[in-house]
Amino acid sequence: MILEIQNVSRRFGGLLALDKVSFTVKENEILGLIGPNGAGKTTLFNAVNGVFPPTEGRVIFRGADMTGKPPFALAQMGMSRTHQIVRPLNELTVRENVTVGACFGREKHGLDAASKIADEVLEFVGLKDRAEMLAAKLNVAQKKRLELARALAQKPILILLDEVLAGLNEQEVAGMVAVIRKVRGQGVTIMMIEHLMHAVMNLSDRVVVLDYGAKIAEGTPAEVSANERVIEAYLGDPKVAQRFLEGG
Amino acid sequence: MKVLTSPSLWIVLLVVLAVALIPMIANLPALREELFVLLMLIILASSVNIIMGYTGYVSFGHIVFFGIGGYTGFFLVQTLQMHVALAALIGGGVASLIAFLMGMPVLRLRGAYFALATIGINEAFRTLVTNIDQLGGAVGMLLQFSVYDAYGGAKEASQLAYYGIILVALLTITASFMIKKSKFGLALMAIREDQDTAMVLGIDPARAKVMTYAISAFFPALAGALFFFKNGNIEPGPAFELHRSIEALVMVMLGGFGTVTGPIIGAFVYERLRGFLITDPTFSNAHLVISGALLLIIVLFVTAGVIGWLRQQSPVLRRYLE
Repeated sequence: MILEIQNVSRRFGGLLALDKVSFTVKENEILGLIGPNGAGKTTLFNAVNGVFPPTEGRVIFRGADMTGKPPFALAQMGMSRTHQIVRPLNELTVRENVTVGACFGREKHGLDAASKIADEVLEFVGLKDRAEMLAAKLNVAQKKRLELARALAQKPILILLDEVLAGLNEQEVAGMVAVIRKVRGQGVTIMMIEHLMHAVMNLSDRVVVLDYGAKIAEGTPAEVSANERVIEAYLGDPKVAQRFLEGG
Repeated sequence: MKVLTSPSLWIVLLVVLAVALIPMIANLPALREELFVLLMLIILASSVNIIMGYTGYVSFGHIVFFGIGGYTGFFLVQTLQMHVALAALIGGGVASLIAFLMGMPVLRLRGAYFALATIGINEAFRTLVTNIDQLGGAVGMLLQFSVYDAYGGAKEASQLAYYGIILVALLTITASFMIKKSKFGLALMAIREDQDTAMVLGIDPARAKVMTYAISAFFPALAGALFFFKNGNIEPGPAFELHRSIEALVMVMLGGFGTVTGPIIGAFVYERLRGFLITDPTFSNAHLVISGALLLIIVLFVTAGVIGWLRQQSPVLRRYLE
């Protein structure tokens, strides 16, 4: 068990954004996290990696209780993440951005070694020819790749991907899916939030579904997409949803 | 250390050293006094740049460390007849310690709140010192002339202070360069760009910022100790002079935010400009107005400053001009 999420709740004032969510992530699997907008998916990522510590519950990462620990502590233990809204370090070059990940992530490399890792990772995600550019100058698809590259340079055990496919065209999606598969091939465990159903259903070994902050289903992609509560959450009427799923 | 053999650093150090030695070789005491102030400003601007340019925290009241170093050094030289070099080092240590302790709460503040807090710290220290009789209160302290005898006389003492300030300036520039080129510097720049992202990438910002603040407090304190030792008197006003602090910000912006050579160029240009304005009958009362306008123009049109602008022009300059 890489990650155990036990009864995690998160409250923002009167809003219960996460409601006693529990599940586990196994070694080297791809776990898809889906749910309608506002279901609490990104909040769960924030609760897991310490950006907004849970108000209740525990987060156990690699056997250690990391509940409420700051994000850098989790990063150093091997949890990295990408952001849904890209957050490049604008005035640094693409290579420097990725070097930061390699310097302060799990393996804490020195500058020279980190910069070598940065070049390898940039080649891996297809940004090698942009290494000298300022990160601010990249387009959105490239910034998404940069997010991933930075997270990979941290040499994570577990990587949290927050909508890395959103806003990409079909060809870019295919490229990114291939990259995600390769990452898993390197032994990294992946938990991913994704709205693009066919991609998440294709990639994931298991899927967890959130709605209104609570877990409503968990299982293989096939099990989850046949689950009435899931279909209802997404589309209201199971019959319409069924037609939608068969069509798409 | 690979960084220390970089020509980008050596050239800068040699130029500063060569210029600084002119009055000693040609025996021009008036020029020496001018250059003393210039070197002091280079130290102040470079230090401000470490916390502001690299880390993104605008330390408005950085002059407080100059004052703390000045008072600590002066007190030790005066009452314990301590050697000025040792007194200056202790002054630097005290300033760093205060920066460390103050930094823990204050560096939690972001943006304008931090800038305001640093002004508050400076004003608080000035008031504090004004009310301590052992430090001379509002009138300050006057060095007993006999103290200089230990250095062979007043002239020798002031020469020693000058060599001291050259050394501190070179040290400050070296430290600035080493930080910029180090893993620690990369962490600072990541914090400057986006502190929350830096944290997700594994950086502990609180620790990095407090260390940076302590480092950037050290050098101005050394300069303060040497300056007031040379002057022979110290008062709360000149020691904690807020507008000096603001001028240091102008120098950093003028030369180039976040670059090593920027604050040096900025200090030089600003000091020349001020010298001209003060002696010119038309502008003599308006030099602060001009520097304010200058800051406005830089912020609006050339945010990168002189060195930053040059670095944007070509990859070759980017490689060698830090």
